[in-house]
Formats: sequence, C-alpha cells, structure tokens
Amino acid sequence: MITSRLRGTLVTVLTWVLVLGFFFPVAWMVFTAFKPEHQAATVPPTFAPELTLDGFQAVFDRGMLPYLINSFSASVGSTLLVLALAVPAAYALSIRPIENVRDALFFFISTRFMPVAASIIPVYLLLQSVGGLDNITWLTVLYVGVNLPIAVWMMRSFLAEVPREIIEAAQLDGARLGTEIFRVVLPIVLPGVAAAGLICFIFAWNEYFLANLLTAQVARTTPPFLTSFVDGRGQFLAVLSAAATVAIVPVVLAGWVAQKQLVRGLAMGAIK
Amino acid sequence: MTTLVSPPAARPAPQPVRSTGGRRRQLAVSRALLWPALATSIVLTQIPFVVTIYYSLQRWNMLRPGDRGFTGFDNYARVLSNGSFLSSLGSTVAVTGTSVVLSTLLGLLFAVLLDRKFVGRGVARTLMITPFLVMPAAAALVWKWSILDAATGMANWGLSLVGLPPVAWNTEVPIVTIIFVLTWQYTPFAMLILLAGLQAQNKDVLEAAAVDGAGVFRTFTAITLPHLRQYVEIAVLLASIMLLQVFDPIAIMTRGTGGTKTLSYLLYERAFVGLEVGEAAAYGVMTVLVTILVASVALRTLFKVFSKEGIDR
Repeated sequence: MITSRLRGTLVTVLTWVLVLGFFFPVAWMVFTAFKPEHQAATVPPTFAPELTLDGFQAVFDRGMLPYLINSFSASVGSTLLVLALAVPAAYALSIRPIENVRDALFFFISTRFMPVAASIIPVYLLLQSVGGLDNITWLTVLYVGVNLPIAVWMMRSFLAEVPREIIEAAQLDGARLGTEIFRVVLPIVLPGVAAAGLICFIFAWNEYFLANLLTAQVARTTPPFLTSFVDGRGQFLAVLSAAATVAIVPVVLAGWVAQKQLVRGLAMGAIK
Repeated sequence: MTTLVSPPAARPAPQPVRSTGGRRRQLAVSRALLWPALATSIVLTQIPFVVTIYYSLQRWNMLRPGDRGFTGFDNYARVLSNGSFLSSLGSTVAVTGTSVVLSTLLGLLFAVLLDRKFVGRGVARTLMITPFLVMPAAAALVWKWSILDAATGMANWGLSLVGLPPVAWNTEVPIVTIIFVLTWQYTPFAMLILLAGLQAQNKDVLEAAAVDGAGVFRTFTAITLPHLRQYVEIAVLLASIMLLQVFDPIAIMTRGTGGTKTLSYLLYERAFVGLEVGEAAAYGVMTVLVTILVASVALRTLFKVFSKEGIDR
C-alpha cells in the first residue's frame, strides 16, 4: 500500500515538474516584463531583480494602444459577422431539412484547410488596386472568410444536441421561423455560440500573416507590431516581454475561461 | 452516399401539419439561411483561388508591368526545375512532420499524466493549454530572444548548469528552433484531444482489466491505446493541416534560413519580395496540390468522424 502511494506521489511530482517546465517560457516572459531593462538579459539570469512597471510604461509610450484597438476591432468585428452568418447556416444544415447537406458541409470544412497561399496574391492585388491596403475593415472581412467554416462546424455540432422534440413542438405551435430560432433554439445553444465566438476571437487576435502583409501604419494589428520591439542597437528584452505579455493577455484569459469548449472548437466539433 | 453515417440533418424533416407547399417553403427558408454564409465563403476563398490559377499561367513580374502575357505552363516548368520548390517541399515535410510527431507523443504523455487525479489538476491543465493560446508572433519572439539566444538565453544557461557547452541555436540550427516553438505550441493541442479520448474511455472495462490482474502498462497498451487510435488520428491530421501552412515563426525567427524555407514562406518571398506574380502563383497552386494530397486522406477520415456527430463516448 505504502509503495503504491509513494509511486503516486512521485508521478504527481513528475507531472508538476513537466507542466511547470512547459509553462516556463510564459512565466519567464511575464517575469522579464517586470524587470528593469539592464537586468532583463544578463548572464547568469537575474532571479531577484528590482520589480518595475517601466517596461509596460515604455510599451504604451511607444504607442501600442492604437494597435491593440485595431486588433480588438478586427477580432470582435469579424467574430460578430462570422456568428451572424454561421448560426443561421448551421441551423439550416442541422435542423431544417435541405438537400445537399453533406456537400455544403464538405465545402465548408475544405475551405478551412485551404492554405492562404491559394488566395493571397489576387486578394493582395485587388486590395492594392482599390486602395484597400492598410484598412482594418478589409482585414476584418478576410478574417470572416478564415473563421466562418470553424464556426459553422462548431455551431452544427451544438445544434445537433438540441432535442428535436423542442423544435417540433415549436413548429406545431405554429411558431414562425424567427420565433423558432430566437425564442426556442438560441437560448439552448447560447453556450455554443459563446464558445464558437471565443474560438474565432482567439484565431483573429493571434493572426499574423494577413495582418503583416495587408496592413502598414493605420490598420496595423498587434502581432506584426510586436516585432518592432526587437532593437538591433541595444537591450530590448524587458520591453519586448512587456509588449508580448500585454498582447497575449486577452486570448489567454479567454482561453482559460472557455477551456471546456476549447477542445470542441479545435476539433471543429468532432469531439464533445 | 451510403458509406458514411448520415448526419442527423439528412434525416427526413418532421412534417406535422404541413402540406407539400409548406415543405417547399421550408426548403426555401433553409436555403435563405444557408446562402449568405456559403456565398461569403465562395467569394473570399474560391474565387481568389481560380484567379491564382489564372495568374500562374501568366508571365508577370510587377517590376516589368509592360511585359505581361500568357505563358502556358512555363511558370510550372520553372518552379519544378529550379530546385527551390523541391527543397522547400523537403523543409515543409521536415518541419511539419517532426513537429507533429513530437507534439503528439508529448501530448499523449501529458494527457496520461493529467488524466490522473492529483492535487491541483485543474490548475495544471490550465497552465498546460496556455502555450497554444499564446500569440504565435509573441511565442516566436520570446523563444528566439529570451530562451534560445546564444549569449543570454535560458536554454544555454540551463545547459551550463549541467556542464554542457552553449549552442548557437538561432544561427547554427535554425530548423531546431522552429521545431521547438511549434512543438511547444501544438503539444497542448494534441493533449486536449487525447485527454478527451482518455476521459471517454469506458471505466468498467478498465476496472475489469484491473480485476483480471492486468498491470498498468498492459492495460495501457492493450486497451487504452487502441481506444485512443481515432483521437490520435484526429490530432495528427488537424495538426498536420495547420502546420503545413505555418508562417509566423519562420518569418520572425529564421526568415527561411537553414532549411526552414517552407512552402508558405517561399511563396511570400517570391510574391511580395521578388514581385514575381506568375511564378509565385504557381507556387501557390502547387502548395494547394500538396495540401490536397494530405487533406484528401485527412478530410475523408475527418468527415467520417464528424458525420457521426463526434466520437462515441
């Protein structure tokens, strides 16, 4: 008995060591963000620095706020648009009868896996010709295209769990479509809508390729802006860490809150 | 049609009080609900792809706008013969393959460890999923400058503690740095999917095995691993498709040096640095073909799993 308990304790200790090791880069980044610049990149590392908010001060002095606002508008805007399109579509695909359901679903899932390489050149040239580069609205629209299939598949998996009797009852009552969706179905799948929204928000907030390519000054979002903290002439690790910390907070918090739904979103509804 | 289990959406609709006219109206409503999403997706992804194919058949460098015209398959001939494509394909396979295998193995280890009951399990799980949530651009920067920097990085400090010489990670082994970051970010992804698989295991079977005297290891290999197979497939396929397109850490950490010039980075370089529209479009089409090759296996499996409304549990 004692040996098996001891073994259990050892496995627990091992688990914690590995988990903390895996988490270390994040912890170290946050820790470095609170160091003064001269103690950020030292040999050996400084484990007991004077703690300061100078790094964060510098980040906002260098004007990070507009970039955060851009990220926020593109992420929230695209997420709302995606949900407005995906919820009705998923509803049609899972509750209402329609022909070619499988073709439509297959189409959505295959666009999710289409590399951005397939479309980026014409998109870039089109935006260039209509003066749409460095424009947050266009970036938002493109994020809709990226996230729409995930949301459709996720919502479909949530809608499939709505007991059909509830909908049939609503239809028998002669409830109109609008009432059917808003009064009966939506409240049941609201957690699903929230989960799909969070996943879309996470992907849009973290997106780098399109943001880097299609924006310059005005519409620049946070991920490409972060690279500007790398400074060839001097020390920059504390301020870079502070900027990175600010940049990851919204999504890390959102992901922690939604971790139960995360797996379902990542597997596009294949796993409950 | 018959090989897949039909999704519930394909079930005949309830027809309580409706006539044929009602049914037709219902269909029209469904189409009206579906089409906005479908049209958006087509406009944003399919039409540009058709245009990419068209560009790939053109001789077109943006520095020489006058000299533009139809060249047939010249771009493809050049792409296939100049060596960049094949070496880039090799890099893509090396980076994607290694990262996917390592992430899946580590993900399995963590899933098994975090499936046990222990003190602080909830916190440990929360910490473990964090690397996947970290913005890839931020992860790439922190790994490059804070962890793997040759002089001041934590990795070399760790090596010095155990008496090993420092490694110039970023300059000598760029491909390793990319694999580190990708493995770090995708291990939580694999772990989440495999953990869901472990939790879906039938506890009675496990208890029966224990009663019959099967050891932990034997139970794991004989019962748990076969059960997990489907989950491993999903994790590997989804991670492969996502990592085939990987761009952020390469642009930020290595800029394609040291065998890290993957297809997406090559295309970016040819199109937006070299301004070779026609040739880059050909790379784009080739990239799609490679992805389709992987995805045709993947999509078939995935669609089968998805159509069953998730894995039975």
